Amino acid sequence: MSDTHAQTVPFVRDTMLPEAEPPASEMGATKWVRENLFNGWVSAILTLLSIAAVAFLVYELFPWFANSVWNANSLTECREILDGATGACWAVIRVNWLQLIFGFYPPELYWRPILAFVLLLVAVAPVLFPAAPKNLLYFSAVYPFIGVWLLWGGPIWGVLVAAMGFVIGYLVLRLLSAFGALIQTGGAVIAALIWWIFFAGMVIDTLSTALPIGIEAVPSREFGGFMISIVIGVSGIALSLPLGILLALGRQSNMPLIKGVSVVFIEFIRGVPLITLLFTASLLLNYFLPPGTNFDLILRVIIMVTLFATAYMAEVIRGGLAALPRGQYEGADALGLDYWKAQRLIIMPQALKISIPGIVNTFIGLFKDTTLVVFIGLLDPIGRASAIRATSDWQGIYWELFIFIGAIFWVFCFSMSRYSMYLERRLQTDHR
Amino acid sequence: MAMDSGAPQRSFTLGMLLYDTRYRSYTIQIFALILLMLGAAWLVDNTIRNLAALGKDFSFDFLWSTSGYDISQRPIEYDSTYTHGRAAIVGLLNTLILAVMACATATVIGVIAGVLRLSKNWIVAKLMTIYVETFRNVPVLIWIIVVSAVMSESMPAPRDFRGDTPAASMVFDAVAITNRGVYVPGPLFDNSLGSFNFLGVQPSLDIIAVIAVIALSIWANVLLLRHAAKVQNATGIRPKTWWKSILILLAPITILLFALGFHLDYPELRGFNFQGGIQMRNSLLAMWLGLSIYTGAFIAEIVRAGILAINKGQTEAAFALGVQPSKTMRLVILPQALRVIVPPLISQYLNITKNTSLGLAVGYMDLRSTLGGITINQTGRELEGMMLMMLIYLVVSLAISTAMNIYNNRVRLKER
Repeated sequence: MSDTHAQTVPFVRDTMLPEAEPPASEMGATKWVRENLFNGWVSAILTLLSIAAVAFLVYELFPWFANSVWNANSLTECREILDGATGACWAVIRVNWLQLIFGFYPPELYWRPILAFVLLLVAVAPVLFPAAPKNLLYFSAVYPFIGVWLLWGGPIWGVLVAAMGFVIGYLVLRLLSAFGALIQTGGAVIAALIWWIFFAGMVIDTLSTALPIGIEAVPSREFGGFMISIVIGVSGIALSLPLGILLALGRQSNMPLIKGVSVVFIEFIRGVPLITLLFTASLLLNYFLPPGTNFDLILRVIIMVTLFATAYMAEVIRGGLAALPRGQYEGADALGLDYWKAQRLIIMPQALKISIPGIVNTFIGLFKDTTLVVFIGLLDPIGRASAIRATSDWQGIYWELFIFIGAIFWVFCFSMSRYSMYLERRLQTDHR
Repeated sequence: MAMDSGAPQRSFTLGMLLYDTRYRSYTIQIFALILLMLGAAWLVDNTIRNLAALGKDFSFDFLWSTSGYDISQRPIEYDSTYTHGRAAIVGLLNTLILAVMACATATVIGVIAGVLRLSKNWIVAKLMTIYVETFRNVPVLIWIIVVSAVMSESMPAPRDFRGDTPAASMVFDAVAITNRGVYVPGPLFDNSLGSFNFLGVQPSLDIIAVIAVIALSIWANVLLLRHAAKVQNATGIRPKTWWKSILILLAPITILLFALGFHLDYPELRGFNFQGGIQMRNSLLAMWLGLSIYTGAFIAEIVRAGILAINKGQTEAAFALGVQPSKTMRLVILPQALRVIVPPLISQYLNITKNTSLGLAVGYMDLRSTLGGITINQTGRELEGMMLMMLIYLVVSLAISTAMNIYNNRVRLKER
């Protein structure tokens, strides 16, 4: 029977058919559109609505941008140039941008904030990116003093004497190394405080009269614009992280008193709006300080903004601490590490890594909250914008100013959030 | 010979206060306590001396003196002859009204944007991403001021609505959007029940009756659904309830509204301005819209994170059990996602409540502008006013976070 088989099956294919093209609706752009834009009738309606919305926006906004006026000295001039057409009057930015950035800082000294900003970038580079040379960290440690001196000016002795406090603290720390961590830190802090409170003023006065080395002083009331936002934001960010860590540890502490104080502080600060704290700084601080003391408004604001961010930071870091498995703490104890070594080597690196998104969110929030200083009379960008809108030249203008200010804030905040994503990826150690 | 199994007993030495972990915490705490008390004493002493130098005392009497200023938006009866305390209450109510309105709209915006951002539709997802990234990276103060500027500078003036061919017209003949605010229809009752006096406030009995009837209908409907579930559990057949639900929910309120002679009071152009209806001032609108769109972006991210946090296996398991997709969402995904979503959501509500204090920027008369603003300026009682205001904000915040903790404890995973 087997030999008849060949006749019953007249044709057997021995090669593969060439692959046919998939149906037109299942390939290329058509497929993508079908899957991503018209996948079901709900999706189709949403797509059409979105396209309509985008088209409407473009139709409305395009002439506004296309007819932009860059050269004019007032809104009326802009309108004359536009001659009835809709158009943006960016001239307001062109005329006022230096004020929006520097406030009333003396124009011939603009190089100082610019230099301070450039040096700031150099100082944060080794902290942010592992590729930067590690020796730069010494520069980062010195930068706060350079930055303050460049911005406020005055005799160089102020910042040098302030820095001396840290040096004295460090020397005491080394000197007391035989006595254990508690006495060491206590002694160092007390020595530094004694220096700052009792000797610093005297030394500064003596040195300033004997050797008047310095640059022109610029009072705080001349600060303004984005400069003030960046000064407050950067100081708040730099101070709130370490303080927040301490406060979070305080809240996790076994000592009831320390824990109680931390909880009350955190809950109080988180329970009231930042604006009330800022008003406390501007209205009430004179009640709480010895009669006759009067210190810089920007410094007060920095302190309040820092306290505010510290409470939020502490809660974020507490979340990270709580997320660590119990075994990590026990492992550190089993290795015989003392409290601070365990925190520094085992707990914090992991807890901080977990809390990166929260920490950066707090930073972003802090930077955005610097706009609130307008309420206590500091001329931040919004304050400057209101002042510009109040002049007869630019009355009635708002989109251009707020787009400019908003865009700069956006760039800062968006880069911070992207950096946090990059940092999370870099520090990712689990294999997912 | 007795074996000594314990550690060698050492007598207590002073050095152990520093080096022995058993005693060291006491040393640190006592030291901290001393510092704390010294600091507090220093602050109090400074305050007393400063107050004495200014010739001021510390008293809250100013709350009972005549305020002498008007408040544009007053939910309860108030004018300049009332007291500063009453002004503070009006401010607090304005704060709470704004907070509740902004929380509601921000939640709606946030849930829609969060769900749409997860949509498979490319263009919708991208648009929502743009919305979220734009709005949360720009300070809320800018949004508030922009909305306020748009409202007061690009909207038509009431006089533009006049004439045979007016330059502006009302939306659906009911809502007038002007540069003095938005006028919406308000409720009117022909056979009003009147109002009663409650601690100096006159709440309208009509509104209370309407709210009570709605609450009772909802409660009755819940009872009906529970009964239906019981029957289903016992017999396996769920009785039809939809027409009963509709009847219970709609009939009583319709009858009540009819009995009260309810009708809408439309805003009308009379003289130089609109009369009738409810006027929503520009300050309220700017705060409300500004806070809603800004916080909505944050809520969108929270909702997205909550939905993404639910394991895909949950959906697959529900499908494997033969649960319909809509029921999967309602019975399986949502209850679990809510557990992730609600705590950060409430903390956004807290943020909204605190951000209402930005009303200062657009002249919204909230607690900060009344008690913490004009009252302080008029009476010179910064210390008392600020302390009272912080206390009130603190109480409101703590009340919200207590509610969150109760909810958290209720929905927490019961782990063994």
